[in-house]
Amino acid sequence: MSRETPSILKDTLTSKIPLGDLKDKWENRKFSFQLVNRSNRKNFDVIVVGAGLAGASAAASLGELGYKVKTFVIHDSPRRAHSIAAQGGINASKNYTNDGDSVERLFYDTIKGGDFRSREANTYRLAQVSGNIIDQCVAQGVPFSREYGGLLANRSFGGAQVSRTFYTRGQTGQQLLLGAYGALMRQVEQGTVELFTYHEMLDLVVSEGRAQGVVVRDLLSGKIKSYKAHAVILATGGYGNVFYLSTNAMNSNVTGSWRCHKKGAFFANPCFVQIHPTCIPQSGEHQSKLTLMSESLRNDGRVWTSSKKQDNRKAKDIPEEERDYYLERIYPSFGNLVPRDVASRQAKFQVDKGYGVGPTNRAVFLDFKEAIKEQGEEKISEKYGNLFSMYERITGENPYKTPMRIYPAVHYTMGGLWVDYELQSNLKGLFVLGEANFSDHGANRLGASALMQGLADGYFIIPYSIGNYLAQLGKEGSFKEQDFKEAVEQQEESLQSLLKLKGSQTIDQIHKRLGNLLWESVGMIRSEESLLKVQQQIVQLREEFWNEAHIPGKSNYKNQELEKAGRVADFLELAELMAKDALERKESCGCHFRQEFQTKDQEAQRNDEEFSHVSAWEWESSSGTKNISWKEHKEKLKFEHVKPSQRSYK
Amino acid sequence: MNFNLKVWRQKSKSEKGFFQNLPVKNISPDTSFLEMLDAVNEDLILSGKEPIAFEHDCREGICGACSLVINGEAHGPQKAVTTCQLYMRQFKDGETLFIEPFRAKPFPILKDLIVDRSAFDRIQRAGAYVSVNTGSAPPANTIPISKENADEAFASATCIACGACVASCKNGSASLFVGARIAQFSKLPQGQIEQEKRALKMVAQMDKEGFGACSHTETCFASCPKEISLENIAKMNLLWRKSAIKQKK
Repeated sequence: MSRETPSILKDTLTSKIPLGDLKDKWENRKFSFQLVNRSNRKNFDVIVVGAGLAGASAAASLGELGYKVKTFVIHDSPRRAHSIAAQGGINASKNYTNDGDSVERLFYDTIKGGDFRSREANTYRLAQVSGNIIDQCVAQGVPFSREYGGLLANRSFGGAQVSRTFYTRGQTGQQLLLGAYGALMRQVEQGTVELFTYHEMLDLVVSEGRAQGVVVRDLLSGKIKSYKAHAVILATGGYGNVFYLSTNAMNSNVTGSWRCHKKGAFFANPCFVQIHPTCIPQSGEHQSKLTLMSESLRNDGRVWTSSKKQDNRKAKDIPEEERDYYLERIYPSFGNLVPRDVASRQAKFQVDKGYGVGPTNRAVFLDFKEAIKEQGEEKISEKYGNLFSMYERITGENPYKTPMRIYPAVHYTMGGLWVDYELQSNLKGLFVLGEANFSDHGANRLGASALMQGLADGYFIIPYSIGNYLAQLGKEGSFKEQDFKEAVEQQEESLQSLLKLKGSQTIDQIHKRLGNLLWESVGMIRSEESLLKVQQQIVQLREEFWNEAHIPGKSNYKNQELEKAGRVADFLELAELMAKDALERKESCGCHFRQEFQTKDQEAQRNDEEFSHVSAWEWESSSGTKNISWKEHKEKLKFEHVKPSQRSYK
Repeated sequence: MNFNLKVWRQKSKSEKGFFQNLPVKNISPDTSFLEMLDAVNEDLILSGKEPIAFEHDCREGICGACSLVINGEAHGPQKAVTTCQLYMRQFKDGETLFIEPFRAKPFPILKDLIVDRSAFDRIQRAGAYVSVNTGSAPPANTIPISKENADEAFASATCIACGACVASCKNGSASLFVGARIAQFSKLPQGQIEQEKRALKMVAQMDKEGFGACSHTETCFASCPKEISLENIAKMNLLWRKSAIKQKK
């Protein structure tokens, strides 16, 4: 790789998908990769930002290979990363249940689930390595749920007719993360990985056309420093918290990705946001987050509403003949296990038409009565015990006795930084893994596939592709001190400009208003009119932030409001791009439902002629805080193996 | 609902702390404890004061970031619940609430209610893993594991490393945390090979960090939001003794 190659590809996006048969693409590519000799690896510094499933697995694997790794996390420990909260499970095409699963079928379900808006080659590779992930995790001592014979148990998730989901009761993310965290800490102990806790990435240093390091802030001392590396791996998760209320942890943010975006990394499909169908409904204005009730519950729970409008009766008072099991009625073959986007939209349709239940009529029921009758309370408690007690703690209602009240909530973002097949951004030397990239889920992610993707990227893809990059970089990887010094100074200045804000609104107050705007206009249903309007409103709110926000204290100690302020400032820019992207995509697909484009059955109406592409947005310029301009690049999606069809789960 | 808060404020590790009186009004019983503190902070910020620093993240009881000793109890009065999942309906209207950080020598206070729990990471580093490199794993179903053992390993592994066990123990012992990590692996065939070395190294690190010894008062179990069983401590002691004796031979 010569230095003359322009790093930012202005007009074309090279996805670097290997030639050849779909089945052989990854093998061929791995064989064509250049390798770094074991004894040379210690000469390469790699920075990993974030230590959720993707970041921890990448850092551990690269440390094992002998690279010099630095890992930065915002928490007090890598084990707090939000992957820990994933509940239901992880998919793999092991076909242990003998129900006809295969790599091909997992691939097909995933690409169809994503409504044909992801890359064939990426999705196929994900299915190919899925089995290795389970092997790796079992070897690490992840205590997966098992059958009485001692072998691994499986359950079903939405969008699939086979049982391929591995799980550890309702705490799969926790157990997989502890596995990856253990592997990471083992490398820390061995000295191959240096761990920086309470450190937040504020900027990417781009010099000579490639990512050369990061600027980070020590959240305890407030000091800003830069670190150099031959490659930077970003695994900082998704941006669902732009909505303020979501199932994401409070500290989840877009800042890592966004600062890279402003340095030239393209942001792909920002409007693809997953709204999860089964969450505990909001109870009041004070609420700070929404709690997910795992999709696995739809294995045994039946979703229903009342067939009478504005029905406030308790579930037990609504007789069987007045209950509408609408998912089973509309989708007889998938029933309660339709994909998330479909289930969420149907819940919204029911509620909007007035058939919602509960005190506010803004919920639907998820009912376990029959499952408890058939399997017994003990069996149900074994599968979902922790979820049932969590529900009871929050709502004060016992789901063994009365159905859960649920409603959709923001959960995951399919969009993210654009990457090629090798998980490298258009910015050379920047690799993006897990939820932070856009690559594998198209316009809708199937349940139990996020954990699969995070670990696939970290354990089984990046160790190969980064080696190829570093081998080609070779001795050319020198650094210019001046660039790092300037980058640090810039961040110091921008923190000071935030601290000057002593207005009349807290960061949370502004963030909540941003969330409301997005939920109404860039949520489950979008329209041209609302998208045009909301862009103006976001720009206004951004202005208000820079005039009216109040940020207390100083920057030389732990200042949580200052941390939030930087993140919300980024959300206020991202929000505008999300609305813009949603406006430009004049079709409906997966999660992206445009009022104007629907079939007569109210299903998403794709337009493959014009929109079978990835929208990758380039940050062009900004003047002040008000006017930002972006340029859209399109990566055409080619389907050689599957034929995109109208998704049907009927 | 109204409350009279007495909140521990401390600027930094080296400065002296104190209880600050903060009355709060009009809190809905469906507000979580941390959302109540959010509301207090909102008022503090808008009146030009420094908000209360406290750790939190997932707010669904799994990340282990939140802490707090409320009226003398780690994670408050409700059994098997983290502070983030504690709702104000658990308290009486007009009640006085003392809010303090998790206090223990190996957990120095960083600011207000935030303590430094990095000692847990260092104990983890000492051996809470199976030494298996990426790519070297055999197919997953090669070694069957009885459901009972898998379930027990899982029960140990549900520890969220919040530190309530340490904060509630009069000796500041981390035995429940360390025991749970050791016991998880000893229940699984994958963890057997290194289990003696693991027990020795992790216990040594625990001692080095300055955690106290276990004197079987069982307050750790009483305060544990995940109800990690005391058997984990017994398992740790057993393994440690066996390993230590073997080493002396």
